[in-house]
Amino acid sequence: MRKLGNIENRLIPIGFLGILIFIWHFAVESGIIKGFMLPSPIDVGTTLFKILPEIKPHIMVTLIEAFYGFILAIALAIFLAVLMDNISILKKALYPLIVISQTIPILVLAPLFAMWFGFGKLPKIIVVTLVCFFPLIVSLSEGFDSVDKDLLNLMKSMGASKLRIFTLVKFPASMVNFFTGLKVAATYCIMAAFIGEWMGGKEGLGLYMMRAKKSVRIDKVFAVVILVVILSMLLFKFVEVLQKSLMPWNNQSEQ
Amino acid sequence: MNTYQKNKLSINNIYKSFDDILVVDDISLELKENEFVSLLGPSGSGKSTLFNIIAGLILPDKGKVFIEDKDFTGKTGRVSYMYQKDLLLPWKRIIDNVALPLVIKGINKKKSREMVQNYFKIFGLEGFEYKYPFQLSGGMRQRAALMRTYMFSEDIILLDEPFGGLDAITKRRMQYWLLNVLGTLKASILFITHDIDEAIFLSDRIYILSDRPAKIKAEINVELPRPRENEVITSSKFNELKKEIMSIL
Repeated sequence: MRKLGNIENRLIPIGFLGILIFIWHFAVESGIIKGFMLPSPIDVGTTLFKILPEIKPHIMVTLIEAFYGFILAIALAIFLAVLMDNISILKKALYPLIVISQTIPILVLAPLFAMWFGFGKLPKIIVVTLVCFFPLIVSLSEGFDSVDKDLLNLMKSMGASKLRIFTLVKFPASMVNFFTGLKVAATYCIMAAFIGEWMGGKEGLGLYMMRAKKSVRIDKVFAVVILVVILSMLLFKFVEVLQKSLMPWNNQSEQ
Repeated sequence: MNTYQKNKLSINNIYKSFDDILVVDDISLELKENEFVSLLGPSGSGKSTLFNIIAGLILPDKGKVFIEDKDFTGKTGRVSYMYQKDLLLPWKRIIDNVALPLVIKGINKKKSREMVQNYFKIFGLEGFEYKYPFQLSGGMRQRAALMRTYMFSEDIILLDEPFGGLDAITKRRMQYWLLNVLGTLKASILFITHDIDEAIFLSDRIYILSDRPAKIKAEINVELPRPRENEVITSSKFNELKKEIMSIL
């Protein structure tokens, strides 16, 4: 029965997506929407296939920026979350600032970073780090806070040192929360690199799409969007698989 | 069962208040070697606070904790403590959960696994060494938690309603099992409960505590022969004791 449910869970979204694509296709083919305004899904598909060789280096650039930004965000989030967990005054001082940093529109920051740090990869990596950092630090901090107090007391009653309590209990206990943040960040990081490139760059998918837009190649714009979606979903899936393989106790207790 | 002489643990005139509300009011009690003593009282009466003081997690406002005649007030790492929740680490296999106290003491993983291995049979967990906690039933998890508690300190064990979260049938089985295990392991046990039957069935002595602030109302010697079988519960002596305790509570 569960297997049947699983298949159903997969078929329903795919089926629904198929219907949407069909409506899209029909609307363009029948002339309700003009082809130069909105290319049909088949056009988008063939364009994507055609531009793939020339777009490959751009994909690599975007992926590299997203990757470095993501890793940097993870390192920074772990470092700060651990610090804030141990020094409560630091948490009181920093946490509101971290929240405020997220309310500044990234569209404003990206061109500024380009001005300050040039048009290379660095400003894009900073954008990715900034975007990914927030869900990571929030999830990790809350993970640290939500560890069972009785469990911490039990460890203390056994005479465990603060460091031991952290490595044996607190950090592993927060991993479930942390992975939630990781999944959110994984879906953001390609998009963030993309925005960074869009706002000023000389390579990458964002730049490619801006050029396509300027030459009114909407089919190319759509093709790039689809690429971004696919890359983001692949990254999300990768984090999910990583979580399942690292935490075998977790996915089984959910059933 | 009047063979124990040595005082394992004694606490003298303990007072503790939180935010000006008195929680523990002048409690003194003692636990002798191999003795099983229950603290019986309503929930939320400050029994757990008393345990936290004995475990050294919080300091009393007044009074001292002595373990084998040494002052252990506010010192952790001497007695072992088990909560109502099993508090097993879900990401560790049972054998590593149980060996945790040894790892904290600085013994390496391999050696600590070897050291706990022999106890799996006694605690009825043979064959479950390499399972994760979620793969075990509630009763088995409590046994694993008790085993971990025992691995930390085998002589003085504090049990805070360890069977409180179990269903009535499993609870009864666990009590019976605990009595049997204690026949094998020599340990002095201080046991918190609000279940009168449980207290009588398991204990050598019972301290009856009042509502908050916790104060000792009475001390009762349970003179039921050991080893105790399930039939004890329906004996007339058992009922007399129950009547007496109910009149005090």
